[in-house]
Amino acid sequence: MSETSPTSEPRRTALYDTHVAAGARMVPFAGWEMPIQYEGVIAEHTWCRTHAALFDVAHMAVVDLLGEDPASALERLTPAGITTLDAGRQRYLLLTNDAGGVIDDAMVANIAPGHLRLVVNAGRRDVDLPHLIAGLPELDVIERTDLGILALQGPEAAAVIERVMPGHLPGRFLDVVTVDDLTVSRSGYTGEDGVEIIAPTERLGGLADRLIADDRVAWAGLGARDTLRLEAGLCLYGNDLDESISPVEAGLVWSMPKRRREAGDFPGGARVSRELAEGPRWTRVGLRPDGRRPVRDGATLTSADGADAGIVTSGGFGPTVDAPVAMGYVPPAFAEPGTPLVAEVRGKSVAVTVAELPFVPANFAR
Amino acid sequence: MDIPADLRFSTDHEWVRVEGTRVTIGITDYAQDALGDVVFVELPEQGANLSAGEGFGEVESTKSVSDLFAPVSGTVVEVNADLADTPEKLNSDPYGEGWICVVEIADASALESLMDAEAYSALTES
Repeated sequence: MSETSPTSEPRRTALYDTHVAAGARMVPFAGWEMPIQYEGVIAEHTWCRTHAALFDVAHMAVVDLLGEDPASALERLTPAGITTLDAGRQRYLLLTNDAGGVIDDAMVANIAPGHLRLVVNAGRRDVDLPHLIAGLPELDVIERTDLGILALQGPEAAAVIERVMPGHLPGRFLDVVTVDDLTVSRSGYTGEDGVEIIAPTERLGGLADRLIADDRVAWAGLGARDTLRLEAGLCLYGNDLDESISPVEAGLVWSMPKRRREAGDFPGGARVSRELAEGPRWTRVGLRPDGRRPVRDGATLTSADGADAGIVTSGGFGPTVDAPVAMGYVPPAFAEPGTPLVAEVRGKSVAVTVAELPFVPANFAR
Repeated sequence: MDIPADLRFSTDHEWVRVEGTRVTIGITDYAQDALGDVVFVELPEQGANLSAGEGFGEVESTKSVSDLFAPVSGTVVEVNADLADTPEKLNSDPYGEGWICVVEIADASALESLMDAEAYSALTES
């Protein structure tokens, strides 16, 4: 959560007044003024794992790619499979640079023939847009500032959508339905079942009012969003991903289909091929600190005998795990779950153990 | 915001309850609200010497790490060991079960530099 934008005045989403009225604490985030919490991070996190939590994520940028064959064009910028993405389906992708680092991670939906829709990180919007425009000259690359996103996440989210918005629930994980001016995908950033609703800005308030009126729904802020995604083992750009980290190091090989990996016909393809053959210099792992002291990003790791063993990139308290959890990058020799390591936290040594990701199993509608 | 009239307060948002030459120390309701959900408290060692204004422990919330600054100088004679397993008591009962430690103070006159409830209330509203 360390991303900042150079713009001076933070922008406000259409729901700013709604958040303040709901008791939110507003903080600057990636150039926006966003709710970090309402009732409290742990309560909101737990509500999401047990009921349905509503998140305003209108700070994220929606970018439409329009043209004759946007899928083939986009494959020039990503190792993901886009030409194989069926209409009404969504997929995770990485935009890579020539050195094999990650420019951003994003979701792409196949909305209709000749129409792909990307959702990119707010903190990377200023980098992504010029990159997409320059890299996709045959397409119209259009930022949809007229649209915003609401995420409804949790085991009761689907039932809420069926009641409040009949006909808008995509059937299974990563399905996308478009109804009039709404695009609803069965996706999210919490590890829970749920939907993300892309709507015209002027409709967001009305939709939020109808959803929050359901007793199963409560607001959740960016604080809970971070603890939820961390427990789910999902990367946060700027922490767990950046322009120096490769998809192989990040453990995101699953986002590159065999056809793309073997061809290597994307930015950084040579590095990806080399790392797949020889192994990366380090790799992303889960970490479980002993005791209750959280280990946060930036903490350095050493092995039991004092050797350099990498760095923590995300960390905090996991409310569902009821213990501190973290992710970091370690050399392959230390990547096996169960490996004991030591994290340096402000001059204190904290014992940590390499752990399987995710910390909390995903609860998707497969 | 709850500010008990019988306590004294530091500018670092800690409270002290004076009982003879011993004071109980904790963080204020204002502080716990600003921190958010507390998930870890690093307590001082029993017998540790505290210097007024110096760090003597840490409080970690879901969001951040904050130092605890000693409101008075003295020797730690008791610590609230329950906070190791239930740090959330700092949120739910900051003036009661969320107490942090008891200190034998070196110089009782130092208490006069702390604020009363009225002055602390003005500080939190400014």
